[in-house]
Amino acid sequence: MNFITRYSHVRNRSLIRQGELICRDLRGTLPDFLDASFDSLGIGYPKFYKMDTLSKLGFLGAEMLLKEIPLLEDYDPFQVALILSNAYGSLDTDMKYFESTKTVPSPALFVYTLPNIAAGEICIRNGIKGENAFFIWPRFDAKQMHNYVELVMAADNTQACVAGWVDVMGSHHDVFLYLAEKKERGNALVHAAVHLQKLYELKGYGTANDRSEEANH
Amino acid sequence: MEQLMTDLKRQIIEALNLKHLKPEDIGDDQPLFVDGLGLDSIDALELIVLLQQHYNIKLANPQDGPQIFKSVKSIAEFIKANQPA
Repeated sequence: MNFITRYSHVRNRSLIRQGELICRDLRGTLPDFLDASFDSLGIGYPKFYKMDTLSKLGFLGAEMLLKEIPLLEDYDPFQVALILSNAYGSLDTDMKYFESTKTVPSPALFVYTLPNIAAGEICIRNGIKGENAFFIWPRFDAKQMHNYVELVMAADNTQACVAGWVDVMGSHHDVFLYLAEKKERGNALVHAAVHLQKLYELKGYGTANDRSEEANH
Repeated sequence: MEQLMTDLKRQIIEALNLKHLKPEDIGDDQPLFVDGLGLDSIDALELIVLLQQHYNIKLANPQDGPQIFKSVKSIAEFIKANQPA
C-alpha cells in the first residue's frame, strides 16, 4: 500500500501547502505573481528567473511540497520518481517562441518548448534521479494518475513519487502536486484515485473550470 | 567605453533574466561564465542574439565566442572594434 503524504497547489494566484494559504497576490500578471512569490519565499536559486512559466509553476509547487521534508535523507535519488501531467503541454512557451522567430529566435525560450523540461527543473532542484514521465491529458485524471504512480511504485527501486498536474496557458494556471510514499507519515491518506480527486478539487480556492476563457488572455 | 559597458550590463541583465542582479553588481573584468557570473551555454547564445539585436553585429566565427564573451569589458572592446559605421 502507498500513501499520499504531502500535497500542494498553485491556483488563483495563490500558493497553498497542505490546504493552507501561504501567499496570494492578485495584482500584475501571472509571471509577476510567480516572481513575487519566489522572492517572498527567500529561496536563493537565481536560475528560477530564467525558467518559463510552466517550469516556475512546477518549481513553486515542488518547493511547497518538499521544502519541509528532507527527501534525500530518507531516499537515494534513484528511489524517487516524478510523474506529471497537463492539458496544454508547453504551448504557452511554444507560442512565445514562435513570436520571437518573427525577429530573432530566442535560444532561452527554445529550450523550454517541451513540457518535460519543467520536470527536469524540479529534478535538478530536488536531486531527483528516478523514473519520470509527463503525460498530456484533457483534464486532471485522478484514475490514470493513480494507476501510473502505482505501477511505478511497484518497481522495487521506487520508494517515493512526486506526482500531479502542472498546467498553464496565458493567464490560466493550475498546479496540484502530491508526494506518494511507500512509508506512512503523519496524517497520510491512502494513495487512491478518490482521494486524489478530492485533493485536486481543494474546496475554497476555486478550480480550473474557467480554463478555456483564461487561456485566451 | 564606460557608457557602453553600463549599457551592456543593463542589456545582459534584461536579456538573460538576471533579476537578482543590478548593473553595479557586475564588474567590468568579472568573468561571465562558470566561476564568475555563472552563465551557461544558452546564455552564450542569448549574448550572440543581443549583439545582433542591439549592435547589428553578427559573430562571424563562433569559436571566437569564449574570448569575446569573457567579460563585459571584452564584449565592449569587440563592439567598439566591429560596430558598423
